[in-house]
Amino acid sequence: MKVLMLGWELPPYNSGGLGMACYQLCKALSKKDLTIEFVLPYSADHGIDFMDITAAHPQGVASVTRSGIAYDSYKYVLEDGSEEWLDIYDQQELYEHAVARLVETTEFDIVHAHDWLTFRAALRVKEAKHCPIILHVHSVESDRSGSRHGNPLVREIEEMALLAADRVIAVSQHTKNAIMRDYGVPADNIEVVHNSIEPGDITPLDPNNAYHYLETLKSQGWRVVVNIGRLTVQKGLPNFLKAAQMVVAKAPKTMFLIVGSGEQYYELLTMAADLGIAKNVLFTDFQRGKRWRDAYAIGDLFVMPSVSEPFGLTPLEAIGYGTPALITHQSGVSEILQNCLKVDFWDINEMANQISAVVQNDALRDVLHANAFREFQGLSWTDASHKIEKIYNRHLVGAAV
Amino acid sequence: MSKAIVLYLHVHQPYRIRHYTVFDSGIDHNYFDAAYDSQTSNERILKKVAEKSYLPTNARLLELLRTNPQFKLSLSITGTVIEQLERWAPKALDSFKELCATGRVEIVAETYHHSLAFFYSRAEFEMQVEMHKRKVQAVFGQTPQVFRNTELAYNNDVAHWADKAGYKGVLAEGWDPILNWRSPNYVYRPTYTDNIRLLMKNYKLSDDIAFRFGDQNWSEWPLTADKFSHWLSEDKNATNFNLFMDYETFGEHQWSESGIFDFLSHLPVEWLKTAGNTFMTVSEAIDNFEPVDQVDVPNTITWADTERDLSAWLGNALQASSIQALYDLQADVIKTGDLALIDDWRRLQTSDHFYYMCTKYFNDGDIHAYFSPYDTPYEAYINFMNAYHDLKFRLIEHGVTV
Repeated sequence: MKVLMLGWELPPYNSGGLGMACYQLCKALSKKDLTIEFVLPYSADHGIDFMDITAAHPQGVASVTRSGIAYDSYKYVLEDGSEEWLDIYDQQELYEHAVARLVETTEFDIVHAHDWLTFRAALRVKEAKHCPIILHVHSVESDRSGSRHGNPLVREIEEMALLAADRVIAVSQHTKNAIMRDYGVPADNIEVVHNSIEPGDITPLDPNNAYHYLETLKSQGWRVVVNIGRLTVQKGLPNFLKAAQMVVAKAPKTMFLIVGSGEQYYELLTMAADLGIAKNVLFTDFQRGKRWRDAYAIGDLFVMPSVSEPFGLTPLEAIGYGTPALITHQSGVSEILQNCLKVDFWDINEMANQISAVVQNDALRDVLHANAFREFQGLSWTDASHKIEKIYNRHLVGAAV
Repeated sequence: MSKAIVLYLHVHQPYRIRHYTVFDSGIDHNYFDAAYDSQTSNERILKKVAEKSYLPTNARLLELLRTNPQFKLSLSITGTVIEQLERWAPKALDSFKELCATGRVEIVAETYHHSLAFFYSRAEFEMQVEMHKRKVQAVFGQTPQVFRNTELAYNNDVAHWADKAGYKGVLAEGWDPILNWRSPNYVYRPTYTDNIRLLMKNYKLSDDIAFRFGDQNWSEWPLTADKFSHWLSEDKNATNFNLFMDYETFGEHQWSESGIFDFLSHLPVEWLKTAGNTFMTVSEAIDNFEPVDQVDVPNTITWADTERDLSAWLGNALQASSIQALYDLQADVIKTGDLALIDDWRRLQTSDHFYYMCTKYFNDGDIHAYFSPYDTPYEAYINFMNAYHDLKFRLIEHGVTV
């Protein structure tokens, strides 16, 4: 079986969870009896050997590069050496045309596309080749816009594609509900396949944490609360800062470490100062590698305050790096993770209450993590790959859905 | 009766904070030495300003002092710029010494670190004024008689303090809401004081030179020494025209190509053509003219922005909280006796750090942006706070509980 996988990013060129989920899923699937050709909108060496990776370039383009930030513009280097920058919407259209050209010369059995940016390309292939398309939803527009309506152009693409898909995969029940609510896709055409994590992929920490200052503060009785993610409306950080203010009033020796970048960066900086907790909040900007891992590790508690999180890998990563998590009920990961603290994203008092409890009680922190870590060790992408293989097979034999 | 131009130039360079991240806090205590080619390199900026402004301006000032016995001026020169000149542009420092050696250049008192300590810690403020006095005595061989607070930040308390400290005069902005119908072109007396006198900047005339000189859209462009002298002569009763501005106006804010140096060279010649016209240092103006009225300034005024208050430095929450956090460390920092730590703490007090965090006109890309080595006010704030956290780390190493 030959799978045409349409995706937007892969690590290490990923801006967040989407690229990592695609990578892990394909890695698990590659152990099955199938081959994967993964088509990306940019060219780069990912060091991946378990599948073929193709860059879908429009005609006359020598290379396409991207920065690490989601929804940033893309740099096109044309064959004559000139450069051009495209926004995400134009890029999405070019990708569609490039994929259409690609399938003119190559045969596939099934198309598996990840999120709206690749959905039009998938529809094109279906139109040209009449092969089944599986659309995998990692987030919908209402998630990304913090439960608001979002961009109507994006909604239009999502609606059209999801209704035309042979099968829709949602990364959580939370996401499945959103797809039904926003686009009226029938429940029995959407299958929930939860994301997961590979415990074996956790990179061992080296003994010198990059946040030396925070380590020193901790030795003085301070405690550290960490958030890692894009600083965008979906992630609920203003509520987190309001809770932080209440925590600092109760437990002044608490530092909040916020790792990430995004359009709310300056707003959050100013907000921390307005709330009178500027001295207790550290912003580090976007980090990768050791500094990213060490941010998880330095924490006494990881908080994911998301307003709407289709899945939410970060709390699982935090647990892997030794830190228990507080998450919102409005997340997909809350459907599979038991040993963690859970609040509603709007319940700032409760968020503050639970954070205060952990930073003032090391025993609670340690028990919470020990139990979460046991859960974490039982996770893998294998179950997800079984479920997806079944979906492929059903559609290949032409069985009724 | 004589009529004097009181030219007063302010010389200052801060120690700009380099790109300093949370990963430096607790590891690298060097906040101020950036790579030479970086935007925040103090060495590179100091050398550039010395080349473009200090050396050519001082050459012309020295020439004027030699050829015009009546030409005089006053300078305020901060401790932080003197240190940097000693380190990176000793020739420029020598040229300032040469000016002073003529005996017709008066140095004005201020805080060593160009700080707003007056509003946060009187003890620290007095220490910095004393440090500055000693530095001026050592480098220029004179003792300041007239006081200016950082950014010309002034209120009745500043006057009261300077009076008690024995200064004969203090400088302030000649802001209309304070003066009302009165003119800045006289000597005044601050309310609630005994002996001290107040000189107020004529901001219209000063800004004609400092801000508008090179603006080709300005209706008075091009400004000539002849025209400017004529404007002054129109005020028949004035005694002293207080032209206060940044020294870097010459060659840095107004580039050489604008003709600013020619203007500087010609102004004294034009002005002194009329009998009775002269130049005075700030002390001489105070000694020669009786105060015409008293001036009451209950709220702080400065020489910045259309608001003329401290909002350019303390107006937003980032600024207000970071400066307060810094001064909250005072007792612990001083107690350590660690001179390097104390010095770094003082360098972080320089008002420029807070000016860079100003968001008032961030979107307009105005004058604040022009003077900032950072791309955004937020970047300035983050660097500052990371350095602040490193100060705390160093306190922990001294056994202080933070």
